[in-house]
Amino acid sequence: MASRPTGSMSKTVEERDHVVIRFAGDSGDGMQLTGDRFTNATAILGNDLATLPDFPAEIRAPAGTVHGVSAFQIQFANNDVTTPGDHADVLVAMNPAALRADLDKVARGGTIIINEDSFTQRNLEKAGYASDPATDGTLDGYQIYPVPMTSITVRAVESLGVGKKEAERSKNMFALGLVSWMYGRPVDVTLRWLEKKFGGKPEIYEANVASFNAGYNFGETTELFAHQIHVAAAPVTEGIYRNVAGSQALAWGLIAASVRSGVPLFYASYPITPASDLLHELSKHKNFGVVTIQAEDEIAAANMALGAAFTGHLGVTGTSGPGIDLKAETIGLAVITELPMILVDVMRAGPSTGMPTKNEQGDLLHAMFGRHGESPIPIVAPSSPADCFSVALEAARVAIRYRTPVILLSDSFLQNSSEPWLLPDVDALPTIDPRFATPNGSDFLPYARDERLARPWAIPGTPGLEHRIGGLEREDRTGDISYEAENHERMTQIRREKVDGIAADIPPLEVDDPTGDAELLVLGWGSTAGTIRAAVQRVRGAGERVATAHLRWLNPMPTNTGEVVTKYRRVLIPELNSGQLTMLIRARFLADAKTFSKVQGLPIWADELEDAIVRMLHG
Amino acid sequence: MAEENGDVSGVATLTKKDFTSDQEPRWCPGCGDYAILAAVQGFMPELGIEPHNTVFISGIGCSGRFTYYMDTYGFHGIHGRAPAIATGVATANPDLHVWVVTGDGDALSIGGNHLIHALRRNVNIKILMFNNQIYGLTKGQYSPTSEEGKVTKSTPFGSVDHPFNPVALALGAEATFVARTVDNDRKHLTDVLRQATEHPGSAFVEIYQNCNVFNDGAFDLIRDKQQGLHNQIRLVDGEPIVFDEGTRCLAFALAHLSHGPTEPTCIGVFHEEDRSTYGEAVRSQLERAVERLGPGDLKTLLHGGDTWTVG
Repeated sequence: MASRPTGSMSKTVEERDHVVIRFAGDSGDGMQLTGDRFTNATAILGNDLATLPDFPAEIRAPAGTVHGVSAFQIQFANNDVTTPGDHADVLVAMNPAALRADLDKVARGGTIIINEDSFTQRNLEKAGYASDPATDGTLDGYQIYPVPMTSITVRAVESLGVGKKEAERSKNMFALGLVSWMYGRPVDVTLRWLEKKFGGKPEIYEANVASFNAGYNFGETTELFAHQIHVAAAPVTEGIYRNVAGSQALAWGLIAASVRSGVPLFYASYPITPASDLLHELSKHKNFGVVTIQAEDEIAAANMALGAAFTGHLGVTGTSGPGIDLKAETIGLAVITELPMILVDVMRAGPSTGMPTKNEQGDLLHAMFGRHGESPIPIVAPSSPADCFSVALEAARVAIRYRTPVILLSDSFLQNSSEPWLLPDVDALPTIDPRFATPNGSDFLPYARDERLARPWAIPGTPGLEHRIGGLEREDRTGDISYEAENHERMTQIRREKVDGIAADIPPLEVDDPTGDAELLVLGWGSTAGTIRAAVQRVRGAGERVATAHLRWLNPMPTNTGEVVTKYRRVLIPELNSGQLTMLIRARFLADAKTFSKVQGLPIWADELEDAIVRMLHG
Repeated sequence: MAEENGDVSGVATLTKKDFTSDQEPRWCPGCGDYAILAAVQGFMPELGIEPHNTVFISGIGCSGRFTYYMDTYGFHGIHGRAPAIATGVATANPDLHVWVVTGDGDALSIGGNHLIHALRRNVNIKILMFNNQIYGLTKGQYSPTSEEGKVTKSTPFGSVDHPFNPVALALGAEATFVARTVDNDRKHLTDVLRQATEHPGSAFVEIYQNCNVFNDGAFDLIRDKQQGLHNQIRLVDGEPIVFDEGTRCLAFALAHLSHGPTEPTCIGVFHEEDRSTYGEAVRSQLERAVERLGPGDLKTLLHGGDTWTVG
């Protein structure tokens, strides 16, 4: 066991309600890891939090360049945190490029801690600085703390016999130690983690511990930092918590659906940013009987999942934008064969390759209409990283109960971000009855219907239920091929009614309207939930009367959606696209909804939405 | 599992009728597909494979209809994707007998990628590729096995594409069983299919199949009773032309003996080797995971890692 940082708490402590910290450095500097560790310590301390990893598309862009900068932002508070924060109170910049890339993300007057060892002439040039921003006035108005992180780290570990390169590599732990001291984060969480991570490599482990402690002690002993900042724990519901990222929560939700239905999980996927983490996570849990296949392409992945669904598994395929294009034909096949299947689309920015590591909600209309012929499909979207768990369960419930493919629209923000999660009681999770067909002596009708218009799920290996399905139009009840005119119209109608009927099986749209007389409804879907909550809290604080509602099911929408959106005089729909939900709402309910649109690959900031709400109320 | 669970006396009573669905085949009169269907329906009862443990999966094209005529489980998929659907089926339940019925356009053009990957994974599926060297369902365009210079509706001046050699392609894709047979030689067809069925893993069988409407006579040199005698080079394991099914490079050389069915051509089993099947490998990995990590427990999963308690 490594030693803990020494020294006594002799400095003053300042109380704050909330803090936003941004760690930024070169792709190779380990900023995601640093942010992740800081997050864990913060979560365990009981602060509410939200995070935003922000990394470049390049795996290792040339060191020291602006497009190689990788950043991690976290907001934590003593109250409800709904977003990773609009602007950082503190930026930790490991090199000039990080400063250049992220200076505009720092609140005016904010704190900037720079690794001054890296501010060499050469690195300044690589970042595109003609002169040193630390001294040329660029940083006037900010509180600058230059810290020689690299050289202190190297000195701290020199007795441990690690190479210079390894020594320098552990400077991220110095930064973590320093910021951990500044915000009074518990050190044992990080030390325990280091032991687990590097326990097998004693010298690397010792070096990381030494750098972490050096950073912590530096904060405590140097006169540079006058005081520590304390953010009290947030009052939250009692229970056991953990920090969870959306990709984990989604994977675990799928596993939970498998456990609670007794239907084995089968996940086929082709590597694609930002959906690959789902494949990585699921492939770790084979002891749940989870089959994972890295398919030869997106189309194969979808077809494998569909083949597995035919065979009585919960077939799931995950992808992002370009992949959902490729899977479109297979989704159509799943619609006509009426098999339970889940398609996870982790949305990312832009058409074509676009901006793979950036966020957007651009695929809603694609999910809704992106297939030939009339092929309705249920669509569900999580609203926060932890919500991915219950949405995955919900998608599975509907897919299995209604024998239908379901599109789960996540996005890169939800997948990569994390938040504290009140762990559910697993025994209280809903069960899902797959109701596999069994022979009943009479002729088997593969396209007969139950009360929900779902057809039987008869899986190969069951004697007496041999039947053929496929992409050709089926005859009602018998499932034989049929080109009969009225049959096609009837089958088209049944497929639509079946999906529409799901509305009766989902909760009504909940409206938050504290005064009951709001003039404006802010309606959202997906990952904008946190921003909407933050912005609305602020305008309500200023005395405005604003209602909110958030759609989890985009198709079908809850039965009261039309009533809700036509009840308010004004409806504002913030979306990370050009107005796709707005189009659906206007078309379906003739509601005068307006879009607040942002397509920059970035989240909507609470302050810009706050402005938009105020403008709409008084503009 | 099928064999284990099967009642031996019950199996013996299976007949062709048990594999024949109530759907009337709708291929053109005289199509080679009828002969292949009859052969498959005829020999399956002999093998003791039960219809409910059998799945036929097809793509798009005339061959795609095959699925509807077998009274087994069946999935008529989309163009080219049958090997991918079949991979899902055979991996989800390795105890099933899974067949893919495909054509030269379906398997080698739009579905080429899935074919080669199913073969290299050694998914336990039997792939019957009906090669008629033409697109029949779309009424006569050249296919990836049509000879150079082929005059069709889409190539009035003759095609300039060089064709695939399907057997060589399958061998190059690391297939563990590769064979070629012809639609009108019931005995040879049945013998090859029987060997394919008994092979654990992917079996690729190219069947020269006459399209009497859009490409009649393409295989006359090989299919015709008289000419065929001279032009078929029958591969029989251990027989002259001294032949060993286990040698991939010899098989590859034999695959290239002819450039197409216009000169003496090998038929029979080119290559067979033992390799673990994909479905079994996946299943044993799941079993090993349980041995190593214990059976999955949801609470353990969610509570793993750092947690904290409030209240």
